[in-house]
Amino acid sequence: MTAASVTADERLATTSWAARMMRRPEVGAAVAALIIFVFFSTTTGAFLTVGGASTWLESSAQFGIMAVAVALLMIGGEFDLSAGAMVGTTGLIVGVLATHLHVNLWVAVLVSLVAAALIGALNGWLVVRTKLPSFIVTLGTFFVLQGINLAGTKLVTGQVSVQGFADVAGFYDARWIFGSSMQFGGFTLQVSVVWWLLLTVAATWVLQRTRPGNWIFAVGGDENSARQVGVPVLRTKIGLFMTTALAAFLVGMLQLFKTSTVQASTGVGQEFIYIICAVVGGCLLTGGYGSAIGAALGALIYGMTLQGIVFAQWDNNWLKAFLGVMLLGAVLVNNWIRRQAEMRK
Amino acid sequence: MTAADDNPFEVPSVPSVPGPSGASVGEVSGPAAEAPKLPRPHESIIEVENLGKSYGSIIALRDVSTTVNAGEVTCILGDNGAGKSTLIKILSGVHESSEGVFRVDGIERRMGGPRDALALGIATVYQDLAVVALMPIWRNFFLGSEPTKGFGLTKRLDVAAMRRITRDELLKMGIDLRDVDQPIGTLSGGERQSVAIARAVYFGARVLILDEPTAALGVKQAGVVLRYIAQARDRGLGVVFITHNPHHAYPVGDRFLILKRGRSLGESEKKDISIDELTTLMAGGDELDALAQELRRP
Repeated sequence: MTAASVTADERLATTSWAARMMRRPEVGAAVAALIIFVFFSTTTGAFLTVGGASTWLESSAQFGIMAVAVALLMIGGEFDLSAGAMVGTTGLIVGVLATHLHVNLWVAVLVSLVAAALIGALNGWLVVRTKLPSFIVTLGTFFVLQGINLAGTKLVTGQVSVQGFADVAGFYDARWIFGSSMQFGGFTLQVSVVWWLLLTVAATWVLQRTRPGNWIFAVGGDENSARQVGVPVLRTKIGLFMTTALAAFLVGMLQLFKTSTVQASTGVGQEFIYIICAVVGGCLLTGGYGSAIGAALGALIYGMTLQGIVFAQWDNNWLKAFLGVMLLGAVLVNNWIRRQAEMRK
Repeated sequence: MTAADDNPFEVPSVPSVPGPSGASVGEVSGPAAEAPKLPRPHESIIEVENLGKSYGSIIALRDVSTTVNAGEVTCILGDNGAGKSTLIKILSGVHESSEGVFRVDGIERRMGGPRDALALGIATVYQDLAVVALMPIWRNFFLGSEPTKGFGLTKRLDVAAMRRITRDELLKMGIDLRDVDQPIGTLSGGERQSVAIARAVYFGARVLILDEPTAALGVKQAGVVLRYIAQARDRGLGVVFITHNPHHAYPVGDRFLILKRGRSLGESEKKDISIDELTTLMAGGDELDALAQELRRP
């Protein structure tokens, strides 16, 4: 019996290794990342040096953390347009509380964490309860946060940014978690890169090997069917929005402790880059399909291009044009893959 | 209901239960309750008498009586608006009947919702099948009831068991799948229907309510589904097969309940009715004659 069950079905012979790889959502992004890596490595001198690699990995990391969380949310069938502004909000809460209201730094960080979790939960609750598209609900949250970030910061500090954060007591303790780096020869490993990798691994584990992961695919793929078989839709979606908000909190802290300042306009406009990274990584805009590794690769593509253009000394406005082309290309490839998946007989 | 004493097919009765029908009007017990046992073939699982349902002033169903026996197929036939959907909703616990008696295992029941019906082993496979097209077959099979192993942070899906059980359960239904990893959307309509049936059976269904499982299918695919209905029947399950096609109902059915405008036109055992009679009865013989008259070439 054991021998028989191990023996492959003879009808599977046609499913080659390559064909099976093609089924994976992150393949397109992996190929694109490799091409971009080779391109900038050969056309610029600085890209493939330890210093260069430190730079483009660091700039990928913060987008990667958000892209992975946004990818989970998109697989669950929703968008979060407030994710970018949320990065600013969490940083501003800590900055304003610690510098102007003289709250203990750790308490300020905790307040920011709780605030992010609550706003995320509110987003999820509103989306599921009102049955409105998350595009609209989080567009509302986006404007609310953007307004609060500017008006609130001006009200308390009289400025549009937080200054003097590095002088706050405990700054160098907290910096170990959110802003430190390690040296390996000439290579600088930023702690944000470690967070990025940990999060990608954790998200992949959750998606592929846990019950909540199964539910994320189900609520994004077919919410009604998921509900009929007993998947807790409300809990799953609220959890996803909270995950995105908490990822924004993490990025907010990483930026704050790295630069020891935060602008009231931080994060605004970045929400689309997170979504683009997730889509380039193979997430369908309609939900139910995608991967965390793909989103991480999408962010790597973005980070490599961002720094590669600097190294090549081009006008960095070309980045926007490149992003647009990548997005359209990725959506077309994804749609084609989905048609294959849904209609193959 | 007779006690299980001398029937070779009977599964051993649970010793802790004092009498086979000791309880009076049954409260559906909590989720901890064991799934009820399957009775012997040809014994009734569900009996309904003079069932009626009105929504406000609209009478959707009146005076319907039928039985669902273990190892038999009860077909419910009727045109659109005949009351089929209302009857399924009552049987599956979605709605409560306004009149009449609903007995399961000889005990009168009041269902508070589909979960109560499921606890009694009554599972409904709706037309949309409740599957997620882009997910692999094995993930769909266990969706909402995934087995796990490990604790705390290592708590994870038991993927090997999920794959194996999916393949085995489908094989028991006579479905030999190439690959349980393929998205369920790539299966044909009939195969998808069969996966939904196999899933209901695996999760303890004693009665399968199939809502128009052949409606959207071609001749060959409908044949596939009919074969699985026969399979489920032969495994001793009671099947309620809702359809508007007498040619699908007749080969597999044991008894036929015909509904028209919310009323029962009577229930017949297979030996008492021919397929022509069934077709005529269902279409409303006079109406069909009138239609034939009307459509004749001038």
